[in-house]
Amino acid sequence: MSRLGTITRRSFMGLGVAATGGLAVGYYFYTKPFPNPLIAMAAEGDAVFNPYVKIAADNTITIIAPRAEMGQGVHTTLAALVAEELDVSLDQVNVEHGLPGKAYYNEAMMVEGGPFPFFDEGFMAEATRGSMKVVSKFLALQMTGGSSATIDAFVKMREAGCAARLVLVAAAAEHWGVDAGTLRTSGGVITNHVNNETLTYGEISEAAAQLEPPSKLPLRPRSEWKTLGKSQPRVEGLDKVTGGRIFGIDVQLPDMLYGTVKISPRFGVGAVSVDKNAALKVAGVLDIIDIESTTGSGFGIIAENTWAAFQGADALEVEWATPDYPANTDGMKSMLDIAMATNSDFTLGKVGNVEKEFNNTDSENFFGAVYDAPYLAHTTMEPMNATAHFKDGKLEMWIGTQGPGLAQSTCAALLGIKTEDVTVNTTRMGGGFGRRGEVDVPLYAAAMAAKTGGRPIKVTWSREEDMRHDTYRPIATAQFRASLTDDGDITGLDVDIASPSILTSLLGRTFPSIPAGGTEKIVLEGAFDQPSTIPNRRYQAHIVDLPVPIGFWRSVGNSFNGFFQESFIDEVAHVSGKDPLEFRLSMMNDEEHRPAREVLKKVAKMANWGGSLPAGKGQGIAHALSFGTWVAQVVQVDVTDDVVKIEKVWCAADLGLVLDPDNVKAQMMSGIVYGLSQALGQEITFSDHEVEQYNFYDFDAMRMHQCPEIVVELLENSHRMGGAGEPGTPPSTPALANAIYASTGKRIRSMPLSHAIDFA
Amino acid sequence: MKLTINGTTHEFEAAANMPLLWALRDILDIKGPKFGCGVSACGACTVLINGEPVRSCTYNVSDVEGEVTTIEGLPINGKLHAVQQAWLKHQVPQCGYCQSGQIMAAVALLNTISNPTDTDIDDAMTNLCRCGTYPKIKAAIKDAAAMLEVNR
Ligand code: FES
Ligand code: FES
Repeated sequence: MSRLGTITRRSFMGLGVAATGGLAVGYYFYTKPFPNPLIAMAAEGDAVFNPYVKIAADNTITIIAPRAEMGQGVHTTLAALVAEELDVSLDQVNVEHGLPGKAYYNEAMMVEGGPFPFFDEGFMAEATRGSMKVVSKFLALQMTGGSSATIDAFVKMREAGCAARLVLVAAAAEHWGVDAGTLRTSGGVITNHVNNETLTYGEISEAAAQLEPPSKLPLRPRSEWKTLGKSQPRVEGLDKVTGGRIFGIDVQLPDMLYGTVKISPRFGVGAVSVDKNAALKVAGVLDIIDIESTTGSGFGIIAENTWAAFQGADALEVEWATPDYPANTDGMKSMLDIAMATNSDFTLGKVGNVEKEFNNTDSENFFGAVYDAPYLAHTTMEPMNATAHFKDGKLEMWIGTQGPGLAQSTCAALLGIKTEDVTVNTTRMGGGFGRRGEVDVPLYAAAMAAKTGGRPIKVTWSREEDMRHDTYRPIATAQFRASLTDDGDITGLDVDIASPSILTSLLGRTFPSIPAGGTEKIVLEGAFDQPSTIPNRRYQAHIVDLPVPIGFWRSVGNSFNGFFQESFIDEVAHVSGKDPLEFRLSMMNDEEHRPAREVLKKVAKMANWGGSLPAGKGQGIAHALSFGTWVAQVVQVDVTDDVVKIEKVWCAADLGLVLDPDNVKAQMMSGIVYGLSQALGQEITFSDHEVEQYNFYDFDAMRMHQCPEIVVELLENSHRMGGAGEPGTPPSTPALANAIYASTGKRIRSMPLSHAIDFA
Repeated sequence: MKLTINGTTHEFEAAANMPLLWALRDILDIKGPKFGCGVSACGACTVLINGEPVRSCTYNVSDVEGEVTTIEGLPINGKLHAVQQAWLKHQVPQCGYCQSGQIMAAVALLNTISNPTDTDIDDAMTNLCRCGTYPKIKAAIKDAAAMLEVNR
């Protein structure tokens, strides 16, 4: 029997150890032996150690980093976890995303725990697992652990590297007939100091893969880390400075067709009538197909090149049906107002008794304010796209997706084929920000691939299509009321937030058969879950039933609640005549809120908070805890002739444990620019039931000339790991609004701030 | 149609009104220039025509006169251009999608202004980066300027 045959059979037999094929180690070992996806991919001569490590006889070491690389550097950091314990440097390894595999889900699956037995791999169970993976982040479990690729991988990927190294050393010890303890590893080479001989990992890998790793894996203490804790160059850095063909949009297959989509710009309805004649006459347009799906209805344009497809879409004359949601933004806002005026759907973060406290407070000791924030688009730099090839009942896809398993199962259901007959190749992504987990992109591509007579097709959305068919950051409004002592301290805080439900929207378009509803932490996150010692508090959610598709936008609920709450705290500080920094510190304790206090004090020091500033300049401060990471920021503005220039941002962040300092700092910087971009003019508005924005000329983001100098420092007071990609965003907007107030005395409570003041 | 791209002459068929970007990407399989907006609003598609930066998504392929340089044509004998080296040194890219265009715009800037000030950079570098790498781009351009100065 061939080597691969043996491996596959053995692993199917459920042995913890699978011959040459794979050592089941770490988490993979103590749960259930899922098939190791690397075995199917292995070339002749490859020794597969576990779902994360593959070593070829020529010492080519491949690490699987099964998470979406969309700019946040996750491939580099995940590979570093394995490399650290494998005792190789990052420049010695290849890093691949790999095929979707249950082995990579595992721990997330345990955490998520959908209402299905472990062994159920049917569509519904898989679909729920897929959605819960996204959803779980925002439910109660998030509160205790935070969630991010690095946190998930921190133990299991180090264990994978450690297990592989231990069996390599054991095999070498057997080879030389010496005790394993006498051998040393470094840079993928095992050295026997007794006879001065060496073996590369590749030379001994076949023998090593026969061995079982010990059940106890002695991970290196932090003090001995060589790679982790130090800044690493990106593993894909060279590709990204040479125009590398690494993105979904760069996929090129033999005999490939090109296409685009024209989906109804009115949500939840389709075409009343269509005239395809003009479109079909466009040179290069080959066919126009109907698309019907849970995410939208419309048309797919199949063409000889992308440009022809775009022109075909423009020439396609469609009359769209009229939906029953309000035609314009004002109508939507009044739905929020109505929801706000009616009873809340649920309450979180209740402490003490706000009502009683308010009854006991004199009317002059109340302060209140109302805030709002609009719908926002993600506008990833790389427009939505996917390539699909449907032939002989099997579908293969190439897509930059945050959820390959979800793409696999929903496309299988759409085409009526088995999940295992769908192969998803995950490419690198030109930005994700939460947009690339949605199933609309793969679904439309799969639907079009079914109509090409077996030829592959790359489906690229125009920027306009991308802008007008996003899963938007929801619109939201908030009412804050505080009761104050005569000294200006807050004794009661009553918060009401109205917004549509992301989970209802997500489930509706992804799994229409699963009922949604209930408590959705997202609406209140960034408000109720912040460090606070205010003795009487209440946060009430008012869910608005609006069918505009909404989804996860960098930092999600924190993106608006951070702005609302940290603006309000600042307002109260000024009303009470207190320093905004001292005021915040006075409402945080020294135990569980300590990381917040420390980042605030740190950022104040960095910014020389309280120092004198020239006329026209002002500083604003804000803090937000999100995704397990504590972040304080000071924004400094210069306001000259009523025009705001954002000059500088200081940021102090505490993720508990920093695995790659430069990358974390880059993520904070990115989160800040992403956050501040909102203030400069971003909003998605509606008229005639359609999104009014089309492209970067009417939904722009911060540009070079607007970008402040950004200084980031990292602290490690928190005892748990937090995420890096999102927490930089929430404090940026309130810090900016607070700075504008400090400079001008003008309080802006509505996003984008550009409605009330001009920016340079 | 005949075009010289990165020193190689290509003969191909394309509609006269097809933007250069799509001729490069879909017909000639040159994937360095990226599609971001199609309306000259982001710069992801930036290439050089006779050394001048051009947003290829709105430039008809039939209007091209002269030599086209894409990011694939920057390295000389396998050695990265100073701008590319500086980009690596500063670890500029995050998602990387805008960076082909940013690098081409920076090369064009340094071709005209060898030692750009912050204002020069702000004026010339109008390309969008959704990952917010602007501070690193600025630092890398200054470094590349210094590298080119040494080699001059
Ligand atoms: S794609 Fe050409 S400027 Fe955006
Ligand atoms: S690096 Fe992602 S858009 Fe610039």
